[in-house]
Formats: sequence, structure tokens, C-alpha cells
Amino acid sequence: MLGFLQNWLPVNASEHGPMIDQMNALVHWLMFVLFVGWALYFVFVLFRFRASANPRASYEGAKSHVSQYVEIGVAVVEVVILVFFAIPAWAVWVDPVVDPDNTFEVRVVAEQFAWNVHYHGPDGVFGATNIDLITPTNPMGLDRTDPYAVDDVTAINQLHMPLGADVTVLLSSKDVIHSFALPQMRVKQDSVPGLLIPLHFKPTMVTPPESRFPACNADKTCWEIACAQLCGLGHYRMRGFYTVMEPDEFDVWMAEQVAAVMPQQPAAEDAEAPAEDGDVQAGDDGDEGEH
Amino acid sequence: MEIPYTVEPRPDTGLYNAKLGIWLFLASEVMLFGALFSTYILLRTGNPNWVQHPMDVPLATLNTMLLISSSVTVVLAWAGLRLKNFAQFRKYGILTLLLAGGFMVIKGFEYSAEFSAGLFPWTDNYMAVYFTMTGLHGLHIVGGMVVIAYLLGPGAKMWETEPERFTNRIEVFGLYWHFVDLVWIFLFPSLYLL
Amino acid sequence: MSVPEETSVESHGHADHGHGEHHEESFIRKYIFSQDHKVIGIQYGLTSLCFLMFGFCLMILMRWQLASPGSAIPWIGNFLGQANAPGGIMLPEFYNQLGAMHGTIMVFLAVVPMIVGAFGNYVVPLQIGAPDMAFPKLNMASYWVYFVGGVIMLVSFFLPGGAANSGWTSYAPLSVIATMGQTAWLIGMVFLITSSLLGSMNIIVTIFQLRAPGMTWMRLPYMVWSQLVTSFLLLLAFPPLEAAGILQLMDRVVGTSFFMPSGLYVSGEVLEYAGGGSVLLWQHLFWFLAHPEVYVLVLPAFGIISEIIANNTRKPLWGYKALVYSGIFLGFMSFIVWAHHMFMTGMGTVISAFFQTTTMIISIPSVVILTALLISLWGGSIRFNTPMLFALAFLPMFGIGGLTGLPLGLAPTDIHLHDTYYVIGHFHYVVAPGTIFGIFAGIYYWFPKITGRQMSETLGKLHFVFSLIFINGIFFPMFLQGLAGVSRRLYDGGMQYSHAAPVLHWNAFMSYAAFGLLAAQLFFIVNFFNSIFRGPKAADNPWDATTLDMAATTSPPMGHGNFEVVPTVYRGPYEYSPPGAEDSFLPQHVAPKEA
Ligand code: HEA
Ligand code: HEA
Ligand code: CUA
Ligand SMILES: [Cu+2]
Repeated sequence: MLGFLQNWLPVNASEHGPMIDQMNALVHWLMFVLFVGWALYFVFVLFRFRASANPRASYEGAKSHVSQYVEIGVAVVEVVILVFFAIPAWAVWVDPVVDPDNTFEVRVVAEQFAWNVHYHGPDGVFGATNIDLITPTNPMGLDRTDPYAVDDVTAINQLHMPLGADVTVLLSSKDVIHSFALPQMRVKQDSVPGLLIPLHFKPTMVTPPESRFPACNADKTCWEIACAQLCGLGHYRMRGFYTVMEPDEFDVWMAEQVAAVMPQQPAAEDAEAPAEDGDVQAGDDGDEGEH
Repeated sequence: MEIPYTVEPRPDTGLYNAKLGIWLFLASEVMLFGALFSTYILLRTGNPNWVQHPMDVPLATLNTMLLISSSVTVVLAWAGLRLKNFAQFRKYGILTLLLAGGFMVIKGFEYSAEFSAGLFPWTDNYMAVYFTMTGLHGLHIVGGMVVIAYLLGPGAKMWETEPERFTNRIEVFGLYWHFVDLVWIFLFPSLYLL
Repeated sequence: MSVPEETSVESHGHADHGHGEHHEESFIRKYIFSQDHKVIGIQYGLTSLCFLMFGFCLMILMRWQLASPGSAIPWIGNFLGQANAPGGIMLPEFYNQLGAMHGTIMVFLAVVPMIVGAFGNYVVPLQIGAPDMAFPKLNMASYWVYFVGGVIMLVSFFLPGGAANSGWTSYAPLSVIATMGQTAWLIGMVFLITSSLLGSMNIIVTIFQLRAPGMTWMRLPYMVWSQLVTSFLLLLAFPPLEAAGILQLMDRVVGTSFFMPSGLYVSGEVLEYAGGGSVLLWQHLFWFLAHPEVYVLVLPAFGIISEIIANNTRKPLWGYKALVYSGIFLGFMSFIVWAHHMFMTGMGTVISAFFQTTTMIISIPSVVILTALLISLWGGSIRFNTPMLFALAFLPMFGIGGLTGLPLGLAPTDIHLHDTYYVIGHFHYVVAPGTIFGIFAGIYYWFPKITGRQMSETLGKLHFVFSLIFINGIFFPMFLQGLAGVSRRLYDGGMQYSHAAPVLHWNAFMSYAAFGLLAAQLFFIVNFFNSIFRGPKAADNPWDATTLDMAATTSPPMGHGNFEVVPTVYRGPYEYSPPGAEDSFLPQHVAPKEA
């Protein structure tokens, strides 16, 4: 069944992903068996008991107890799936065991219609943000005067992360509800205004080069951040990109980004528009962020 | 064929139609106000910066007395009809109406005092809850006043033709009125005292 | 057939009887502001059929856009207005309006009024042997309040900014900051909710109070049971949405912030709200209604097809008691599963475990009901007339819809499937080839009773075959798109997204199937109107049925009152092919022969 479903499912590239797919396969087995079983019975009965073949109906009808066994069977399978798969799996999903030496934290702030990404940089602390500082070039409202913010890196519609790390995305929203979906990671979480929701997963596969932005854009095999919740007229194009990199590759990339924003860098004007640099280009939709 | 059990109760349910109807209506009202009370609890417990503005407790206490008295008078009005004493019904019916009117007038004073103190529904969520819930409750009072006024005025003609049915109507109205009263009994402590 | 109770009830009506013969009611009193449950039922039926067609047409526009995003809609595009579709090309704003209004209209203006307002009103009093609904004036009010609500919804398309555009779920804050159409939507909903409350009170009181002598609880046709449970759901689940609607109106109109948290930043500005509100509160209030609401959509359909299956297998329903208890249990449970629509809002382990468990539990009574209906077929002498075909197709179609609810009901699998087309596929299978087929079955079944004329079987069967093929063509590919992760409510159907690319070609296929489904409805429409005027006269008991609506009334039921004499009920509802009797059926009201 899993093989069958995989005809449609996207690649599976996270640690918890196979478990979700397997559960999906299991439930679809239950559905399949029930449906096919009843369908065979159904077709047989319609044929066998058509009026011309059975002119006088039987008042009693069926006398066997098979149906009760079927119902009990369904209930038992559901209990098994619930108790042994669904509930434990959810516990791990919302509250995973994290290796403290191998974590990677990033903030994602959704807005109509873009994903703002905020890395804490080498100091490991997110700089302060302030709603009054929001400008088109500083959509996070990052306060660069905060010492923690100096090395922070921001990006629009581009999310990078290292392979194999316990990724925590701290998800929030500036305006309305969005839903942060990474199909290949089997990840989806609503971003709810007023709440800061942590989201955990562990990528197990590096984004293939042809699926990375911007190379991917032409032949459409990108790894995308999809918005899954209706958020207004640009909902359909609220697309971002994410890239899973080898840890060393990621470190190099990150160092470049940090270098680009740190004040000791000669290019002084960069301090004003830190995020708009280097590889961290806005996606093709980024400029439409404010609507 | 006429509809049965409009006046006399159906033996197996022990109710006439309108009485069952009003109970069902009140059940839905419980859900309505239940949802609003849940909203209140949720917003209040979920907000660390919740502000509770001081309210005019004495006035509200007076209002509580008025409503409770009106619940008594409405029973006396109904009892009047049961005793075939239309004058008693009239007397207590009008008293009920006046008490309800008094409640609304006092509520009006309270509202205007709050407005002049700069407290509006959009000030914060406490005021929003306060105005929404007392406002909706006030609408229920006004609705009740319209009904009892009708039953005292043009509707009272039914007393001549179908006295039993008329008595039932007052009983049904009374059940509604008790409910409106009860809602206030919940609103008063939760909005003014807690 | 004279029984003591019967005469006592009759004597009440005496004064009125003599009266009615002299005094002709005016046209308006008789057909427009009628208090007769049968006329009101027909009013509900016709109005909601129009809304059903209208809701479908909105979707046809959307499906055009999905099949060929950004191409001009032929011909009709010219009439949609510059603000919606300049040059006939649909704007995203308009797509969102259509989506929100399709959902709203289908659920609140088409299916509920049809299945409760029309079938409940028309059939329930007849089936229990009542002269009318318990509160005829309230009944009339409930129709007209519904009508006004419908008009408000329709008019909202012409407001500046158009109709509501935040989905039928109207999630805050999007809905709070939306255009004026949302205010109209809220006001319209308050009317629709009020109408449903009046209607459901009336149905419950009617069933409790006006059952004919001998009509005990366990002799009620299953249709009546399903309407009873449904009415309780409406009565108790709708008020919280009414409360939510009032709160959202306050947020939009007065400027409170029930659903508005602090520090929102929209379109380059900080929003001026006091803040401190809760976004998820709206969702809780909404789904507390909307989950029971989905059973409101399907329970009466269970009722309709139960009648038809018993009638056309010519044998009693198997497990009548199981059906009744499952229906009641389903009703209870439907109040405590609502948050399975909210797994992705950041739910902890304990709460999600609770709602996953209740969701799995609620699937069991559905399985029991479906199983009982399937087993009822065993040993029957099955007639394949049009109502029966629709009723039979309901079973596997609802089966697909219900079974695909299971992976959605388990939170971990819902991570991947939530808000994708898988969900759209799931619930359309339960409401479209499910409930809509139930409605069609009911229309074909009661049509001869209502109009006194028969519909064409040939056209009916053509309608059935094409509808069945096309409707599967629309909805089945949605599961594949959903597995691929395609989000719902996408203006371009997923063109932007590369993960949608492998399944994108289905969009055109689904749209053509939808156009085909629309065309297939012509068989029905022609049949419907032609039969009203020119159909052959129907017999008094056209399907040889046992229930009072079919067997004890004339065809069509007479204008004043429902029965010549108050029927007395002697037996259960489905005495088909009883042993020893020469007839294939024993109506509920026929007195047993003296031994
Ligand atoms: C009539 C309407 C209806 C019905 C009956 C159901 C029934 C069920 N629904 Fe569905 N649901 C909706 C209408 C309905 N739903 C709607 C409208 C939405 C989306 C709203 C929105 O977001 O816009 C939704 C969404 C929805 C979600 C949220 C998904 C998401 O947003 O991520 C979930 C999750 O738990 C769910 C679960 C279920 C379950 C477990 C059932 C169970 O009750 C199903 C039980 C039934 C069975 C298990 C079938 C058994 C049958 C057989 C065994 C026989 C097979 C027969 C033959 C082969 C002949 N539904
Ligand atoms: C009861 C509910 C109901 C019903 C019946 C339907 C019926 C249909 N729905 Fe819909 N739908 C919803 C409720 C319903 N829907 C909801 C709640 C949503 C979510 C909205 C949101 O996102 O907020 C949705 C969303 C939705 C989408 C997703 C849009 C998106 O996410 O962008 C699609 C896409 O194809 C769709 C298609 C259809 C189709 C093709 C039908 C067809 O099955 C229609 C078939 C109709 C008929 C066959 C009617 C025939 C009428 C007659 C014959 C009348 C004759 C008249 C006279 C005689 C007077 N619906
Ligand atoms: Cu953001 Cu949809
Ligand atoms: Cu649900």
C-alpha cells in the first residue's frame, strides 16, 4: 500500500516522515479492505437478490453475525492504530527528544504573502524585533541596535537548514493565519497571530541541486514552502523555497550571510538593508510581500 | 383537523406543545449564553494583561433586585389567571413590565456613565465582553417587554375566547422571563464582582 | 376503524372543518404566506433547489479557472463585472468570493434547507400521522427568515468589494479585516441560524407531541428518527455560532477585539485594535457548530435512503434498533469531536489524543449504520427504480467519503493531508454523491406523492448514470492531488507549486467532469418540470409502501389537513413481505384482521 501511495506522495526527506507515510499506508489498508470487502458483497447482493431472481423477499433477512465481527474488527483496528501509532506519534511530533548539541533554531514570520526568515547568527540569540521598525526593507522589524541583533540574518521566502540537525522553526504571523507546509518534510503547522508555535523536524536528505532555488525554478522541481491556509487574495502565490544542505556547506553559507551583515564589513550601506544581499535573495514573490 | 395538545398536555409527555417548545428554545439559549460565558472565561484567563474596570455595583444590585421581583410578579400574574382573577393578572403583569422598564432605565444610566468615563466596547476586551453580554441580555429584556405588553394589551382578548390557552401563554412567557432573570444572576457576579 | 383517541382528536377540529369549506383562502395566504407544512415544505424545496443550482454554477466558474488558469471565461465572463473578471478573466479576489459563497450556499442555503426544511417539513408530519407541524406560524416564519437570509447572501455579491471572501469557515483575523461582504455574510448567517432554530424546535415538538395513536417510538420510520436527531443538533449547535457571529460583527462593526490579538501588522500598518483577543476562539466556536452541522447534512440522507431501501428490497430494515441507537449516539458524539479540524493549530498531546479518540469513536456508529443498510439488502427482492438507484449509490459513495475521514481523523496523518485537496475530496464524497444523491433519491421517491404525478423512469435512470460517472470524475482525483500535497483554495489550482506539477493535469479532467455533471442535470430538470405538468397520474400509494405518508394519505395529500381520519398505527414501519400475508406489504395503519 505504501508503494502504491508513493505514486503520488512527494519524496520523503525527514526523520518522522516515513512514520507518517507508514501510518497513512496502514489506515489506507484498513480503508481498502473494508471498501473492497463491502463492495464485493454489495455487487453480489444486488445481483443475487434482484427482483427477477428473488421474487419474494425474505422477511427475516440475514441471520449471520458476520456484520458484528466486522464492526468489532474495525473498532479493534482503530484502537490499535490510535494507541500504538497515532497518539505516541503525536507526542513525539509536538515534543520530540532533541539532541541539545545538534539543534538548529530559526524563526519564521508569515505575512501576506511572504515568509520572513530570521536566523540568530553565531551568538545563538535572536535579536529583538519591534513592530514599529517594520519597513519594506526590514519586514521583520529587526532592531539592529540590539546587541544580539547585530549578527542576525534575515531572508524572505528562503529557508536554509543543515542536514541531520534537530530543526526547530519558531512560527508566528504578522497579520492573519497562514499554514507553513513543507511537503517533502511531511511538515505542516498553522502560523497563528498572537502565538509563537515551535515546530520540530529533522531533515534526512539534502535538497538535490536541481531542486534548489533558483536553479529549480525553470523545470519546477523545487522544494517549496507552501501556504496551506487561506490568507487572502495572494494565498495561491505565497510560495517560498527551502534548502537542506550538508552541515559543512551550511556553515560556509551561513558564515557568508553573517559576514554580509556584520557592521565591521566595509560596505556601510548594507547595514540598512541587510537581508537583501547575496544568495538570500527574495524569492520571485518576495517583492510582493506587502499588499 | 386541528393541531392536538395546543392546550391540554399530551398524556405521555405531560406537556402541551408550547411548553415543550419553550423548553427547547431555552435549551438553545443556554447554548448561546454558554458560548458567550466560555468566551469570557477564555479571553480572561488567556490574557495576562486583563484589566477589570470598577463597575457600579450598588446600581447593579438594585437592578438584580428589580429583576428578581419581576420574576415573582410574573408568577403572581400567572397565578391570577389560574384563579380566574383577570384583575390580578393585569396588576402583576403591568408591574412586571414596569420592573423590566426600570431595569432598562438603570442600565441606560450605567451605560452613559461608562461612556462618559471613556469606557467603550473597543476600549479593551473586558468592556467588549461587558457591553456585548449585557447588551444581548438587554435585548432579551426588551423582547420580553414587547411580549408581555402585547399579552396585556391586544393579546389579552384571548382570555375571553380561550382562557386556558391564554393562561398557558403567560406560563410560557414566565418560563422565558425566569431564564432571562437567571442569565442576569450569572452576569451580575461574573461581570461586576469577580 | 374507530378508536377512542381518534374521535377525541377529531372533535377538536370540528369548528374549523365547517369553516374551511365556505371560506376560500386567498392565493397569498395559500401559496406565499402559507402555514400548511406541505406548502412550506415545497417552498423550501424549490428555493433550495435554486440555491443548489446557483452554488453549483459558482463552482462551474471556479472549475473553469482551475482548468485553465487566467484564461477568459467564455461568454459568461462578460457579465461578471470589471471588478471581478476584467475581460472575462477571473481575479483572485473573485475566486475567493466564489469559494466562500459556494461553501456557504451549499451548506446553509441549499442542503440544510432541502434536507431539513423541505423533507423534514413535508414528510415528518405525514409519517407520524400529524395534521400539521406543531407551530404553523413559526413554520412560516422559519421559511421567510431563511428567505431573507438567502437574499442578504445573494445581495452581498453587489457590495463594494463583493461577497465574503474568507472561506466558508470565516477564520479571523482574515475575516475581521475583510471587505464589507463579510458583514453581510454574518448578518445573513444570523438569519439562517434563527430560521434553523425555529425549524428544529418545530420538528422536535411535532415528533414528541403529534404522533398519531399507536405511533410509538420504535414504530417511527427511520426518516423521522434521523430528523429528530438532526433537529437536536441544529438546536444545540447553532447558538454558539450565533454567538460567534455576534462577536465577529462586534469586531468588524464596533471595533472590539474578541478575535484580534495585539500587535497585528497588515498592509504596511499597525492595526488599530485594543488587542488581547484570541484567534483560535473563533475556530472553536465555529467548529463546535460546523462539526455537528456535517452530520446534519448526512443524517437525514440516511433517513431518506433507509425508507427507500426498505421499500425497494420489499423487506424490513435489518437492525432497526441498531440504526436508531447509532443515530442517537452519533448525535451525542458529534458535539465532542470538533477540534479534529484544528490539529494543525498547535495542539498538545493530551487534547489531540482526546479528539483523535472521539473521532475514531464517532466513525463506529457510521459503520454500524452503513453495515445495517448493506445487510438489509440480503434476502430482498430488489427493484431497481430511480430512487433506489440513487439510494444504492449512496452506500459506496458515502463509504469512500467516510473512510477517507479516517486518515484525517488521526492527527499524524492529518499533518500531511490537512488543508489539501484530500480534505476536499473527503467531504465532497460525503456531501455530493452522498447527501445530494440522497436528496435526489428523496425527490424521485416523494415526487408522485407531492405532485400526484409520476416522473419518467428513463430520464431518471439517464440522470443517475451520468451523474454517478461524472461526480466520481470530479472528486476521485482530488485524493491523488491531496496525497501530492496540493493545498486547497488555490486560485490557480496549484500552478505555482512544483510539488503539484505531477498531478496538475487532473485539474482539467475534473473540470470537464464538472461540466458534464452540470449537463447531466438537464435530464433531471426536464423530467422535473415536464412531470409536474404532464406526468402520468400517480397511484395513491405509488411504491406500495407501508408508512403513513405513502399509504394513509391521498396523492397528493389534500389541501386542508393531511388525513381523512386520524390514522391509528398498529405495527412497525417496515412490514414488507410479512410471513403468511399474501400481500407484499402491510401498511402501518391497516387494522389487523380479526383472528
Ligand atoms: C456530511 C458531511 C460529513 C461527514 C458525514 C463526515 C464524516 C467524517 N469526517 Fe469529515 N468533514 C466534512 C464533512 C463530513 N465529514 C467537511 C465539510 C469537512 C471540511 C470542512 C472544511 O475544512 O472546510 C470535513 C473535514 C474533516 C476533518 C478535518 C480535516 C482537515 O481539515 O484536516 C476530519 C478529521 O478528523 C474529518 C473526519 C471525519 C470522520 C472520521 C468522519 C466519520 O464520521 C466517517 C465514518 C464513516 C465511515 C468510516 C464509512 C463506513 C462505511 C463503510 C465501511 C461501508 C463501505 C460501503 C461500501 C463499499 C458499499 N472530516
Ligand atoms: C453541502 C455542501 C457542498 C456540496 C453539495 C458541494 C458540491 C460541489 N462542490 Fe463544493 N465545497 C463545499 C461544500 C459543498 N460542495 C465547501 C464547504 C467547500 C469549501 C469552501 C471553502 O474553501 O471555504 C467546497 C469547496 C469546493 C471546491 C474547492 C475549491 C477550492 O478549494 O478552491 C471544489 C472544487 O472543485 C468544489 C466542487 C464542488 C462540485 C463540483 C460540487 C458538485 O457536486 C455540485 C453538484 C450539484 C448538483 C448536482 C446540483 C444539481 C442541482 C439541480 C439539479 C437543481 C435543479 C433545479 C431545479 C429543478 C429548480 N467544492
Ligand atoms: Cu498565507 Cu495562505
Ligand atoms: Cu468534523
